[in-house]
Amino acid sequence: MNVTIVDYNSGNISSVINSFKEVAKNKVKIEVTSDLNKIKSSDKLVLPGQGSFKSCMDALNKINGLTDRLNEFVINNKKPLLGICVGLQMFADIGYEEIETKGLGWISGKVSKIDNQEGKFKLPHIGWNQINIVKDSKIFQNIENNSHMYFVHSYEFVPNEKNVISATTDYSSNIVCSVEKENIFGTQFHPEKSDKIGLQVIKNFINL
Amino acid sequence: MLKNRIIPCLDVKNGRVVKGINFVGLKDAGDPVEQAKIYSDGGADEICFLDITASNENRDTIYDVVEQTSKKCFVPLTVGGGVRSVEDISKLLSCGADKVSINTAAVENSKVVIDSSKKFGSQCIVVAIDAKKNGDKWEVFTHGGRNNSGIDTLEYAKQMEENGAGELLVTSMDRDGTQVGYDIDLMFKISSKVNIPVIASGGVGNLDHLVDGIKLGNASAVLAASIFHYGKYSIKEAKEYLDSKGIPVRI
Repeated sequence: MNVTIVDYNSGNISSVINSFKEVAKNKVKIEVTSDLNKIKSSDKLVLPGQGSFKSCMDALNKINGLTDRLNEFVINNKKPLLGICVGLQMFADIGYEEIETKGLGWISGKVSKIDNQEGKFKLPHIGWNQINIVKDSKIFQNIENNSHMYFVHSYEFVPNEKNVISATTDYSSNIVCSVEKENIFGTQFHPEKSDKIGLQVIKNFINL
Repeated sequence: MLKNRIIPCLDVKNGRVVKGINFVGLKDAGDPVEQAKIYSDGGADEICFLDITASNENRDTIYDVVEQTSKKCFVPLTVGGGVRSVEDISKLLSCGADKVSINTAAVENSKVVIDSSKKFGSQCIVVAIDAKKNGDKWEVFTHGGRNNSGIDTLEYAKQMEENGAGELLVTSMDRDGTQVGYDIDLMFKISSKVNIPVIASGGVGNLDHLVDGIKLGNASAVLAASIFHYGKYSIKEAKEYLDSKGIPVRI
């Protein structure tokens, strides 16, 4: 089996690579590439994302044929994909960071700024927060409810279909922090930075 | 609920951990990769490396330290010291740092913070402020505390938020190395001034100081070095103590 981390020049993905390699040991091949053929032949994809919704979408769109290939992988071939942070946010139809930007549209909804209640809550939402698991998700196997995960973000994904939500976290409001829709998985938190419990999420995805 | 973070900081020189007392009088305290691993296994919420003599010595050792550490520690890793340019930041991030802290360069050239936060995202840009009290205000110092910029710390903190910093790491020069506690007044004033998280640094001598930094200083995270290095307290003890004082921590 091979798992490909999609490298589309969206900032720092070293930690994602290190964590997947740590979990995979030598049993699973971890590729890091934007090569369309390699993506097509992968068993699973990881879509990281740092920076803004707009900068990540721009970077994806800049690589000729990449979004089409991702659509084919996820929508037509129904193969598993894990989006992390802005990688998850891009599942939405639309994002409002910087300017209104069209997303991948895999899970209908929008990405908007976290309501900081007039400065009562600091943004970005940085640090360890507990997740409330609201539905069984394959990537939460052996993960206890209320586990701590590492977050760093100022925007949140608000999906239209509430049944895709697998976990939320409490900050200024109830923030969606994990989704699962058929073969599509996403975490707003960073499993690659969430210590052993985060590595377990990665292991669960690799073992799907 | 979001937890307050405890961040052990390792001062690194030539690839080895040292601890400065008021930035002079260095003692060797071991291998940074091993130390970082001990801290992350012990429950540290993040790890911070400060390359203390990076401005005037060979920098390559820190890249190797970061690369090795990021393969063993799966909690956020912040690296600072001698970061001059967007290229330096890019190199540290590609070696596996999750955040880079910028000190002198942020004072001298505001474009470094503006450009790097645009390029890599605010989440990985920490502005480190060394502040020293002068009368009823605090002034920003650069070059490892050697030069006084004369800039007002509170105004500067706000400016850095506007320039795109994701967090502020605030060190009291008056308290650093003294072990008498954070400059609570400074931490509280900065934290009230900005809407981004503040990490308190400089002066921790016991666990009550950590409590004060959060409860009185309103810091989102507390950074400490020597109390952890020499085994005075473990990260676990610190967290249990904070928990007993009603501070939300990850245990």
